[in-house]
Amino acid sequence: MSEPAGTQADASVTGESFLVRAALIAAALAFLTLFLFLPLVAVFVEAGGRGLEGYLAALSEPDALSAIRLTLLVAAISVPLNVVVGVAAAWAIARYRFRGRNLLVSLVDLPFSVSPVIAGLVYVLLFGAQGYFGPWLRAHDVEIVFALPGIVLATLFVTFPFVARELIPHMEAIGSTDEEAALTLGASPWRMFFAISLPNVKWSLLYGVLLCNARAMGEFGAVAVVSGRIRGLTATMPLHIEILYNEYNGAAAFAVASLLAGLALVTLAAKTFLEWRYADAIAAARHS
Amino acid sequence: MTTAASVGRKRTWREPSILPGFGLSMGVLLAALALIVLAPLAALVLKAGGAGPAEILAIASSPRTLAALRLSFGAALAAALVNAVFGLLIAWVLVRYSFPGRRLVDAAVDLPFALPTAVAGIALTAVWAPNGALGALAASLGWKVAYTPLGVMIALVFVSLPFVVRSVQPVLQDAGADVEEAAALLGASRLRTVFGVVLPGVAPALLTGATLAFARAVGEYGSVIFIAGNVPMVSEIAPLLIVIKLEQFDYAGAAVVGMLMLLISLALLLAVNALQAWSRRRLGNV
Repeated sequence: MSEPAGTQADASVTGESFLVRAALIAAALAFLTLFLFLPLVAVFVEAGGRGLEGYLAALSEPDALSAIRLTLLVAAISVPLNVVVGVAAAWAIARYRFRGRNLLVSLVDLPFSVSPVIAGLVYVLLFGAQGYFGPWLRAHDVEIVFALPGIVLATLFVTFPFVARELIPHMEAIGSTDEEAALTLGASPWRMFFAISLPNVKWSLLYGVLLCNARAMGEFGAVAVVSGRIRGLTATMPLHIEILYNEYNGAAAFAVASLLAGLALVTLAAKTFLEWRYADAIAAARHS
Repeated sequence: MTTAASVGRKRTWREPSILPGFGLSMGVLLAALALIVLAPLAALVLKAGGAGPAEILAIASSPRTLAALRLSFGAALAAALVNAVFGLLIAWVLVRYSFPGRRLVDAAVDLPFALPTAVAGIALTAVWAPNGALGALAASLGWKVAYTPLGVMIALVFVSLPFVVRSVQPVLQDAGADVEEAAALLGASRLRTVFGVVLPGVAPALLTGATLAFARAVGEYGSVIFIAGNVPMVSEIAPLLIVIKLEQFDYAGAAVVGMLMLLISLALLLAVNALQAWSRRRLGNV
């Protein structure tokens, strides 16, 4: 009989009253509405500003199509490269103990604390017309800056940590007993890797690829600096948005932006699905 | 002293392991790191250093550079503080309370990670411009947000929003109820329990999150340039100054500003690390 009263008392010493709770939830939701939800809604509202026809026209004009193609191409090149490097990085860092390991982890994370603009700047300093290798490149007719290779390099720089960061804690949490067992049973190193190591971390790998891809397709600062923003030629989707916006063609800019916002929502949905479905595997990767 | 296991074996720089592939994976990692990250950053240091001390000093102390650096670091600090307060609040609400749509809100916190910065930039401008939904409201109160330093801060709050929430959330989740119960039994008010018992426990995570938010906000470019208005000396951020110098083919000037940004960030990160280590020592194993 006194039980319900007892639990209620317990709940109230380590909880807040209904009013306080409601006020805190309201404050948090108000903040998120101002800073997250309203801007997101604005993208789609502004994109529809000229009706469906205007929307489709903005997406099907040649420069927009070329921007979409370029963005997909850049992601198609840089994400797989990032996966190879990220898996190698995670293997070297998570599976071995060696001197300088902490330094190496910091170096892998370094691109996160470098401004995207600096990530673009460094390649211009190396490969630009007045850069260290500029004259040599011009003499041999190789284009890096203001062309696809520069965009890919800058994208690789800014996405460098994504895959490794998700894999390292997960690999460490799993430990290497499965792999040792496979080796003891006579598996070749590559067989061990593809049959044991990779399947063990597949969800955090997918998670890393997802984030890496979103960043690769959406990168602005680094790509703006190395690409020269040549309309229809080296403008990726984010750069095309800027070009349209600066021409006061807001509706078209938001139409292209709505595609990227859609990509962001799909990324979030997939990420959330992975987290719900494979919470245990990914919790290890995210929280440690 | 050598242990029995390593007797007769050359002391190596890594612990022995039966797992294959160290050479290959380390080779791939070091090659990629050197080619993509380290060599290009070395070029930046070389270019900035090559300008000579007099020119470096002239660029670093020019009013426009100083104003841009002050705005970038100041607005990033303000954004980190705003996010420290509201990020903690959001994490608290998400962990402690249940309300309709909680999981959706939890997922939406990561939106700034997934939304391209250029999209965020034009969206925030649309909302906060004088004719936008919130901009009109602010204007009626006599505030101008877009095209001012306040607009810069708003964009930085947006891009760095997830860091504090995601750093604090797991710590709040793992914190046991026992200490709170003990505090309550010992007669502490709820307010005192929260501020004296719960929050000190999440302080290191809060500091980590705020630092990550700050580091991200300092270098941010894409979301800021649309809403900032980019008036030199007023609302021009340091990354934009680098872009402007590059467009004028002033490579050395761009490199020096970039170098300054990196050095200040590095010094601040080291200071925070030291603070983190100090608080860990002082508070024991938290």
